[in-house]
Amino acid sequence: MAQAVDDLKHTHEHEEHPWFFHPHFTDVEQQFDTAKLGMWTFLATEILMFGGLFVGYAIMFSMHPEAFHAGHHHLNVNLGVVNTAVLIFSSLTMALAVRSAQTSNKRGIVINLLVTIACACGFLIVKYFEYSHKWHEGLLPGKFYTFAEGYVPHIETYFALYFMMTGLHGIHVTVGIGLLVWILLRALKGRYSSAYYTQVELVGLYWHLVDLIWIYLFPLLYLVS
Amino acid sequence: MADNNHGHGEHKSFYEEGGKGIMSWVYTLDHKRIGLMYLVSVLLMFALGGLMALLVRFELLSPGKTIMTAQQYNVVFTLHGAIMVFLFIIPAVPAALGNFVLPLLLGTKDVAFPRLNIFSYYIYVTGAIIAVGAIVGGGVDTGWTFYTPYSSGTSGSVVLMVFGAFVLGFSSILTGLNFIATTHKLRAPGMTWSRMPLFCWGIYATSLIQVLATPVLAITLLMLIIERVWGVGIFDPAKGGDAVLFQHFFWFYSHPAVYIMILPGMAIISEIIPTFSKKAIFGYKAIGMSSVAIAIIGFLVWGHHMFVSGQSQFASMVFSFLTFLVAIPSGIKVFNWTATMYKGSITLETPMLYALSFLFLFTIGGLTGLFLGALSVNVHLTDTYFVVAHFHYVMMGGTVIAFYGGVHYWWPKMTGRMYNEKLARLACALVFIGFNVTFLTQFVLGSKGMPRRYYDYLPQFQTLHQVSTVGSWILGLGFLIMVSYLLASLKVGALAPANPWGGLTLEWQTSSPPPLHNFEKQPNTKIGPYDYGVPIPPKKPGTLEGAVHGTSS
Repeated sequence: MAQAVDDLKHTHEHEEHPWFFHPHFTDVEQQFDTAKLGMWTFLATEILMFGGLFVGYAIMFSMHPEAFHAGHHHLNVNLGVVNTAVLIFSSLTMALAVRSAQTSNKRGIVINLLVTIACACGFLIVKYFEYSHKWHEGLLPGKFYTFAEGYVPHIETYFALYFMMTGLHGIHVTVGIGLLVWILLRALKGRYSSAYYTQVELVGLYWHLVDLIWIYLFPLLYLVS
Repeated sequence: MADNNHGHGEHKSFYEEGGKGIMSWVYTLDHKRIGLMYLVSVLLMFALGGLMALLVRFELLSPGKTIMTAQQYNVVFTLHGAIMVFLFIIPAVPAALGNFVLPLLLGTKDVAFPRLNIFSYYIYVTGAIIAVGAIVGGGVDTGWTFYTPYSSGTSGSVVLMVFGAFVLGFSSILTGLNFIATTHKLRAPGMTWSRMPLFCWGIYATSLIQVLATPVLAITLLMLIIERVWGVGIFDPAKGGDAVLFQHFFWFYSHPAVYIMILPGMAIISEIIPTFSKKAIFGYKAIGMSSVAIAIIGFLVWGHHMFVSGQSQFASMVFSFLTFLVAIPSGIKVFNWTATMYKGSITLETPMLYALSFLFLFTIGGLTGLFLGALSVNVHLTDTYFVVAHFHYVMMGGTVIAFYGGVHYWWPKMTGRMYNEKLARLACALVFIGFNVTFLTQFVLGSKGMPRRYYDYLPQFQTLHQVSTVGSWILGLGFLIMVSYLLASLKVGALAPANPWGGLTLEWQTSSPPPLHNFEKQPNTKIGPYDYGVPIPPKKPGTLEGAVHGTSS
């Protein structure tokens, strides 16, 4: 009898405090809502940070349009298109991973996360080839610009913005890969189900923002004319 | 002490419950401990920045060289400005007092993201080490504003200093984010938005600015670093950049940052005044909404720092108009606080003395802001001591005074001890007198044309400079006394009752200091935060050496 009461109490406690629950919240739902609000607020700060770069781009473009026209000819539009497609596709697989988590489909989470990670790595590999090409040609920012032919004044400022914007975005992609690997490992341990998928959802939100920023970077840098 | 049944005897406080030893602080997730670590850090920074201020004032005792060279002078005033702005005043109220008090006021166990909270503290420490190391090690002479093109060319460790400010920004962002989520989601049952204490409204408005403005500073400082390291010309006109663009970027953050500094100060005043007037706050909604209004309008006025920087006349007119708009919500607050005191049962304990000082000094600071916001007068007063006096009246006379009011108000709650009331009043009086002697003279200096940041000056300014320097000594003495009795209270202070001031907000419903999870039982939110006069008598004051409920009762 005592044993039974103990068991009952234990189950009860288990229901009250699942492993992912932090006791300073009232309930699981409040915890989930709070986490989501925190993430959205963080995404707002990200947008404002990139927003500063976009404003810098707009001002420099209005001051030296010819430098930007000349600069964008040195970029490989095809590679840019490939990367854009890769990232948009990875956003789809990310969304599918979140959906799989919500429906407690462990296989679905793992596969979709793996594809997303592969896309992210592919993006960075393409970026690496683009960067190393510019490195060899001397199409570099500021005082490092050494490309001899057809110099247009202030083209080095265009490349400064190119490297800052894509560089900061690249850092975000790299961080994203780290986060994706982290939730992949936890998904393999069976941590996520319809009862708890907060981390998958939040990483998903982050990943969509990273994609979204690229969708603005691509036309601004590759297609400007 | 016999009837002190909410004090130490009954419950364990978070000091005892959270474990002992240094490691219990290093790894803590408790918002109260994190708040206290912030408090100690910002007070150390205040001492360092204050020391620099005393050095600056001492150098200005006579024209020409007094104790240091012109280059050293530039470094010292940069150190003063950068430390006071980035390391003291921005984190002082939100991160130190806010961390300790906000969850208590909301009736919750902790902030929304405790791990993020301790993380933001360590980011702060890292940023502080980088920034102070840069100025002390390499010497930065740009002033805290880092204006280009001077900052993109000058020698010294500008990159490191700017990187320090960049790192500190993230600490500020994370604190703001944490408080926004806490305020939205973790309020105690029954605490609706319109029953929230006004401190929470003020901190909430502050957090909005921290989250929305700081990222822009981050990217600006990053661009400045890149500009220096790669030799790019985004801000340097010689390389095809735009120096005014930097000013736009910088003030897009740094003007709202002024409200990051003053809004939490106002938030403290909104708590102190009703408690010591034993009267419902006048115009609760107006005060709460004016905080949000200041936060919003604060984003639209940055151009008033650039009236003489070559922005278009039309832009200046618009910015001047918007600047005048800020006076409306600020005025609403001042009038409402005054109306709260009208016919209240006012007692003049130390926190109330600070609140009254705040009202007086902030009003002067605010009104002189209108002089500077007016285009024609601004041209005469730009970059003079008038500006220095104005922002010290708002920042120091406003925020710092409110901060110390808050420290005294919540000291019994934080430490469980009462400080010596007589010494506290003396220190407050010295700070008030010293402050006015130091900075009132600077209004006169400025209107007569004494430029700010100058190492040397004409002999005709000497008398006023000397008066100002003597004022800084009185100010320093006041703070010295404050440090000594606050430290002494930890050893010899009487034990604090749960509610020494008879306040109605939730933090007074728990013991002093509170237990680890803040409340032994769910706090009562049926009484509004300012329902004085509703027939629930304030708790009987403790029997402590006249430290509580002093003069007028």
